[in-house]
Amino acid sequence: MKENPYEPWLATVEEIRPEVGGQRPIKTFKLKFKDKKVQDNFTFVPGQCAMVSLLGQGECFFAISSSPTKKGFIEVSVMKLGKVTTALHELDPGDIVGVRGPYGNNFDVNGWKGKNLIFIGGGIGQAPLRSLIQYVVDKRKDYGKLDVIYGARTSKDISYKEEFAELDKRKDVNVHLSIDVKEDGWKKFVGFVPDNLLKVKPSPKNSIAITCGPPIMIKFVIQNLEKLGFTEDQIFTTLEMRMKCGIGKCGRCNIGNLYVCKDGPVFSYKQLKNIYGER
Amino acid sequence: MDKLIISKNDLPKLLDDLIKKYTVFAPTNNNDTVIFSQIKKANEANLNYLNSQYPPKALMLCQTETLFKFKPGPKGDIESVKLDEKKIIFGIRPCDAKSMAILDHAFSGDYKDPYFLTKRDNTLLIGLSCIKPGVNCFCTSFDDSPASSKYVDILLTEIGDKYYVEVMSDRGKQITKGASKFFKPAKESDAKSKKEAEKKAISAIKRTQKTDKIAEKLDKIFDNKFWKEVADRCVGCGTCTYLCPTCHCFDIQDESTLTKGARVRVWDTCMNPEYTLHASGYNPRPARANRVRNRVYHKYNYYPKNFNVIACVGCGRCIDLCPVNIDIIDVVTQAGEVKP
Repeated sequence: MKENPYEPWLATVEEIRPEVGGQRPIKTFKLKFKDKKVQDNFTFVPGQCAMVSLLGQGECFFAISSSPTKKGFIEVSVMKLGKVTTALHELDPGDIVGVRGPYGNNFDVNGWKGKNLIFIGGGIGQAPLRSLIQYVVDKRKDYGKLDVIYGARTSKDISYKEEFAELDKRKDVNVHLSIDVKEDGWKKFVGFVPDNLLKVKPSPKNSIAITCGPPIMIKFVIQNLEKLGFTEDQIFTTLEMRMKCGIGKCGRCNIGNLYVCKDGPVFSYKQLKNIYGER
Repeated sequence: MDKLIISKNDLPKLLDDLIKKYTVFAPTNNNDTVIFSQIKKANEANLNYLNSQYPPKALMLCQTETLFKFKPGPKGDIESVKLDEKKIIFGIRPCDAKSMAILDHAFSGDYKDPYFLTKRDNTLLIGLSCIKPGVNCFCTSFDDSPASSKYVDILLTEIGDKYYVEVMSDRGKQITKGASKFFKPAKESDAKSKKEAEKKAISAIKRTQKTDKIAEKLDKIFDNKFWKEVADRCVGCGTCTYLCPTCHCFDIQDESTLTKGARVRVWDTCMNPEYTLHASGYNPRPARANRVRNRVYHKYNYYPKNFNVIACVGCGRCIDLCPVNIDIIDVVTQAGEVKP
């Protein structure tokens, strides 16, 4: 991190990949710090976030969606929704953005070694999970069984399509995709993510479930995980809030006395049950 | 540290002396109110004031402040700004001085805020005891005193035709040493006079907020309808937060023309619904009751949990200036009595 935590480093947009089109498009931006030293020293753990800005438009807090095992760049996946994200969507490769971070806590990649991992994502919520999935796949020997459950509204809304296909080819990763409504030619699950979870029926034994997606999805995923016998300290999620500083000063992202930017964004269900506050 | 006295006649001379060497901020008249602003002559300072309209935290966490400058757009570049020069805040009240110590927690820690902390390091506080507290003053509810020397470098207390001077830090000592001709050692009778003035001031504070175990009590009534009742009166103007010496929320905005720009931070308030509004349209604090509760919890529950101190100094500004008479003393005292 820079000595002045508010000053971003400059990074070049190396590549822009459209993930999803339509009304709320998602693009993945591959960013490389202009200063090679900064790039080499920028270390993070899956789950951590970065503040990305377009000078003159403002900043937003994004989960880093690439894995630290992929060196030489970072990626963020951005849904076009507000002022800054709209401006980011208009960028071309070669353009400059500001990046500061990494911020927040992370998934316990060391503590989860040897465990079976179940990833349950929906929509853009897959971004932080993608970082973790890439990480554990790159260190495949360290982890047990891997189940990736992901759903989107329609087949067109599935982000990271090619990566899911690649994962699906591997014998040591199980991918379970779903769409909300029936479509011609769709042979996989039709229905909501929490229902797909019940169908996949992962065993809670020696397992950790990590979920991220729309709040309503997370709510029912957690309910169903508990039905399957998962305990509250086996369930993890990563949250988002409106943020400005990213370092626990500007005040707005608090849930109770915790700041999502600094004390989160990764929380166990056990933690979330024990803190009160608006979320 | 040193106990000195300075005569009332010599105080303006001391001030003029300081102005020659430092950037000096002091309470000054501003229409019908008093605010802290830079003075060029001693007689611009008003030392017979109750308290400033808005707190001198504005000199540390500026209402608007440039974080850095930039060339805007997708081919942009950034340029750092020079951080602050040395200054003196003269005549700060003990409660406002305490608020700076409270804000230190928020701006230090894992991530150091260079803007606030540089100003803090470069600023010397010369306090002025309250010998006539206001009707809504309640610093004594936090075991503090209107004549507390704890949070300043030098404290002046008016005793008759002179000021009792308590030098509390090495930086303060440098000031008194550098202007030693104005000071005389204090006698025991002067110390006694200060104690008496302090006692008198403490007994002039008539209002008390019951803060005993307040953080624990609030833990149990988060979902109580009490908050809705308090918020029913609130108009959401945010005055309480803007005028609060311990509120530190801010917004960060990019301001730019086609060729140049700056990332600035400005005071923000948790009373605004936009404060927490997500780009998706979702708002975790959609109702005024959520926001009023957040303000109280931030000060009396979250801050104590995180930093072991209540984030209120009892200055009374939010009570004096609330347009609908929401009174933090009553709200907190009553909250402590709500049955969970």
